[in-house]
Amino acid sequence: MAGLITALILLPLLGALCVGVARKNYARGIALLFNTITAIVCFLLWRNFDTSVAGLQMVERHVWIPAIGAEYLLGLDGLSLLLVLLTSLIFPFAFLAQSRSAGARGYCALMLVMQAALYGTFTAHNFVLWFLFYEMSLIPAFLLIKIWGGNNRDRAATKFFIYTFLGSVAMLLSFLGIYFAKGTFDFAALAELGRSGPLLDGNLAWLAFAGIFLGLAVKVPLFPFHTWLPDAYETAPVGVSMVLTGVLSKMGVYGFIRLLLPLFPREIQVLGPWLLGLAVCSIVFASLAAWAQSDLKRMVAYLSVNHLGYCMLGLFAVTTSATRPAVELQAALSGVFLQVLNHGITAAALFYYVGLLEERRGRRGIGDFGGLMQRTPLLCGWMSVAMFSSLGLPGLNGFIGEFLIFKGSFMLSGAATAVAVIGLLFTAIAFLRAMQMLFSGPLAESCSAFPDLLRREKWIVVPVTLLMFAIGIAPQFVFKIVNTTVVQMARLFA
Amino acid sequence: MNPWIVDYLWLVPVVPLAASLLILTFAGSRSKGAAALAIIGQLASLALSVIAFLPTLQEAGWRAFHNFTWFTFGENAVRIGWVLDPLTAAMSVMITLVGLCIFVFSKGYMAGDKDFSRFFAYLSFFSAAMLGVVIANSLLLLFVCWELVGLASYLLIGFWIHKPSAAAAAKKAFITTRIGDLGFFLGIFWLYGSSGTLLFYDGGKGCLEAAGLLAIGSSATFIALLIFCGAVGKSGQFPLHVWLPDAMEGPTPVSALIHAATMVAAGVFLVARVYPLFSLGAIDGVTPSLTVVVWIGVITALMASLIAIAQADIKRILAYSTVSQLGLMMVSLGVGGVAAGIMHLLAHGFFKALLFLGSGSVIHGCHDEQDIRKMGGLRKVMPVTFLTYAVGMMALSGVPLFFSGAWTKEEILHVAVHWPPSQAPYYLMLAGVVLTALYMTRQMIYVFFGNRQAASEKAHESPRVMTMPLILLAVCTVGLSAVVTPAWPWLHAYLSGKPAHFAMAQLIQPMLFVSLALVAAGIGLGVLIYRRAGEFDPFARSQPAFFRFLENKMWVDELYAYTVVGFSKIAAVFADWMDRYIWDGLVRALGAIGQSFGVLTKGVDERGINAGVDEGVIGARGIGRVMSAWHSGQIQTYLGAVAVGMLALLLFYAWLA
Repeated sequence: MAGLITALILLPLLGALCVGVARKNYARGIALLFNTITAIVCFLLWRNFDTSVAGLQMVERHVWIPAIGAEYLLGLDGLSLLLVLLTSLIFPFAFLAQSRSAGARGYCALMLVMQAALYGTFTAHNFVLWFLFYEMSLIPAFLLIKIWGGNNRDRAATKFFIYTFLGSVAMLLSFLGIYFAKGTFDFAALAELGRSGPLLDGNLAWLAFAGIFLGLAVKVPLFPFHTWLPDAYETAPVGVSMVLTGVLSKMGVYGFIRLLLPLFPREIQVLGPWLLGLAVCSIVFASLAAWAQSDLKRMVAYLSVNHLGYCMLGLFAVTTSATRPAVELQAALSGVFLQVLNHGITAAALFYYVGLLEERRGRRGIGDFGGLMQRTPLLCGWMSVAMFSSLGLPGLNGFIGEFLIFKGSFMLSGAATAVAVIGLLFTAIAFLRAMQMLFSGPLAESCSAFPDLLRREKWIVVPVTLLMFAIGIAPQFVFKIVNTTVVQMARLFA
Repeated sequence: MNPWIVDYLWLVPVVPLAASLLILTFAGSRSKGAAALAIIGQLASLALSVIAFLPTLQEAGWRAFHNFTWFTFGENAVRIGWVLDPLTAAMSVMITLVGLCIFVFSKGYMAGDKDFSRFFAYLSFFSAAMLGVVIANSLLLLFVCWELVGLASYLLIGFWIHKPSAAAAAKKAFITTRIGDLGFFLGIFWLYGSSGTLLFYDGGKGCLEAAGLLAIGSSATFIALLIFCGAVGKSGQFPLHVWLPDAMEGPTPVSALIHAATMVAAGVFLVARVYPLFSLGAIDGVTPSLTVVVWIGVITALMASLIAIAQADIKRILAYSTVSQLGLMMVSLGVGGVAAGIMHLLAHGFFKALLFLGSGSVIHGCHDEQDIRKMGGLRKVMPVTFLTYAVGMMALSGVPLFFSGAWTKEEILHVAVHWPPSQAPYYLMLAGVVLTALYMTRQMIYVFFGNRQAASEKAHESPRVMTMPLILLAVCTVGLSAVVTPAWPWLHAYLSGKPAHFAMAQLIQPMLFVSLALVAAGIGLGVLIYRRAGEFDPFARSQPAFFRFLENKMWVDELYAYTVVGFSKIAAVFADWMDRYIWDGLVRALGAIGQSFGVLTKGVDERGINAGVDEGVIGARGIGRVMSAWHSGQIQTYLGAVAVGMLALLLFYAWLA
């Protein structure tokens, strides 16, 4: 099955080309067609992935630019596969979510380019190649927000771009520093070096650490580098919001797991309490801020920050604790992986629902609705499932990840975890407040002509919701993908 | 060899769950089939519970479990399972039996509702989750079902979703219980981390068995207290009791099923289930965690029974009575009477469901009036309701001999009096007995005696479908007393795993007379005070300030609104503000710095560098212009210049020579 990963990356690009030359009305159809093909390729990857083997599989390694250590190195381990699957899952729904009229060629082409870049980011294991893909995803995102966004799109897009780009530049400089010292861009080799001894000496190490940290912390985003996010998510069109929160935000977490934590174990240990503090601030302040929002999209955006905060809590707990029993490390890491997947699904679904409401009402303030349960019981019911999943109700997907993250991090760094659980409370408050204002009470005048879920909407809602239940009730099929990778990483951090 | 029911115990909760899903998927909004399906599911579940009950009778302290792996993370398996022991068996029979009565009652009570089917789907879902809690052999599975129970409660309190008050009450219930659940959640992790398993029983390796308890060691106190937080939330104990009275916004059968008989008892059940954690390292049966349980229970019981005296809503009185009875059960567990507490829980399940359904019948008969001051004289128009209600009232107040609640309460007092640290809980509970008899007498007099008031003018007895469950529950309430008396303490022995002996001489204990006197005092006082009560409460007339204090629920809601809730709201606004102005402000400031640097360089560029170049260019151009003027292209000028040059050269050479 050699070349399957390359095919996966090239297919959306090819799709973008086809969209470019096709008639306008076919754009979305072609994009969906190519998504079907990538989904099949993904499925093949999943089938051929040997879950009992640790390390990279289906490796494609070619010489690229030897002079600067750049290699064409693609491969899959459990984490990569999980994120590839997530990408393939979110994109078709993002295309479907955008109404047909907005299916402009440029829009579809840019989305496809972004999809290719994401596949690349999650499978590349050489920094130069990885960084190329990493940046390649940024530009379509910027254009998509800037051209098809809502109010205030120019400002939000520029902020998003400059903020994340600044982080990227810092990261690039840091990696150049590491390259000049160690002479490799290979992730595995760098991780091994980071494990055996300091990558760089003295202040240089701190400088490199700061650069990479900034780049990734902005991307995740980690408090207090998160302020681009509500603006960007708020103004982006629905499909783009779904992708931004569902997949793009995972690049930061992925970067933390793949790069920062293995490369700088000592620096992270020294800064441990501070980093944990930032994660806890992400969790608590973002959930509090979500409670105070009056715009549904902004609320969901803040809750995204909150949920990614749990991932950061788990990761920092794993890397800062003084004693690290294997079971707790594995719990926290598994939890983070599950949370990455679950948040991708749930948050994208929430943005989709907000999009449905906005489409019907023309506005999306929490106060613009009322008594929807009487008019659109199906929409309310299914939307509630996504909300309960997001607030961590057992039986739905969100709970599994959060349970394991907290299980691991409680024994690794108890105090931070004890504070962080408050986030669970405020998340619940934010969601229940939204549900109360949207669904209950007398039917608002402005909502009295709403149609309930349409057939084409059900095609999106039902499979995604079933997936939430599947992961919540029988999560073993997901754990099977990541378990060996978890064990391997836990050993790396032990 | 375990009987087959142990392996198939999961059917007990799954059957109602399936019923619920079927109703949600297939039934129309007012389909009669929904009620039938729910009732059949409940019947099946009851039958299974009874089958499961039988093997537990074989020998004292019999226990069997079935564990399996839910999922594996890394190299570790998360195992869950179910357990069948007397606690599980007794609880599931009680839940399914009471549930069945309530389901049947609901068929009549909710007949006119436009979301009839949805109601039964939710009820079945609740029943499934609650049964899941009692059969769970893993704290994780218990927590999962515990949260689902909370969800069911949220859905059912807010069932009349068009009523803003119902939606608010549902939200309040969910959030208040979740506060407790946060502690519970942390307790689970601590337990998991220190014992390495969340299974209760696992052939000697479970967290409640010797090896697990040894591994937990001294952290047991903290773990127990954290788990108790969850119980406080769910069972409406002080300081998280505020949600329960508001939960009465839900339809009355919901109040009966969830907020009286079963769900609120889950907290008591939880403490009983993980009792080895509470009692680990006990000296003389006392541990710090159990002491906390006792005092929380005492405070709750007294506070709630005081508040109940000043309430006018028939359901709220019962709600506070529930809170107070749950407090009593907690006291029982805390002082070491696990079996007594669970016995009271079971008995309470029957008689409190009876009282709530009776109140539902009254409300139904009075056309949705809930204010007891507007009722009166109903005993003649609603005889069945009256008689069954009286049975429930006497069981709750503790009238001896024929009423199970009286015997189980007696049992608790027996344990409490022997509590080594202090006898204060015992005496305070005695005060509680008087208060309970008092407020129940007050309610009886207002509702069933006296003259008919506005609301009872057109009152009528409820249909058979509603009175039959009342009769059945009344029979259970009386019948249960056969196995809880000191003469034949079968239930006590069954729950604590000891053989029971029949001894008629034990029936009358000396302490019974104390209770008898107190109950008589309570009822007598009630009759004395409220005999001629009209629109105005006599107590309110004589003690207006104190009455107002109680009527307003000791201002606890207001206190929370101004402190915890207010503070959180401010924190939320503050977090938002910080985001907009501090963190984003910093980003914008950095942006502005960058921008002003741009402006600065632009200035330097234009004024300094560019202007210098410009000046140079202009100078060069001036020179060029002068020069170009000379290059006019006219031969005469050029020849003239050549002539002048020649002349100058000649003169120069001449001067040299």
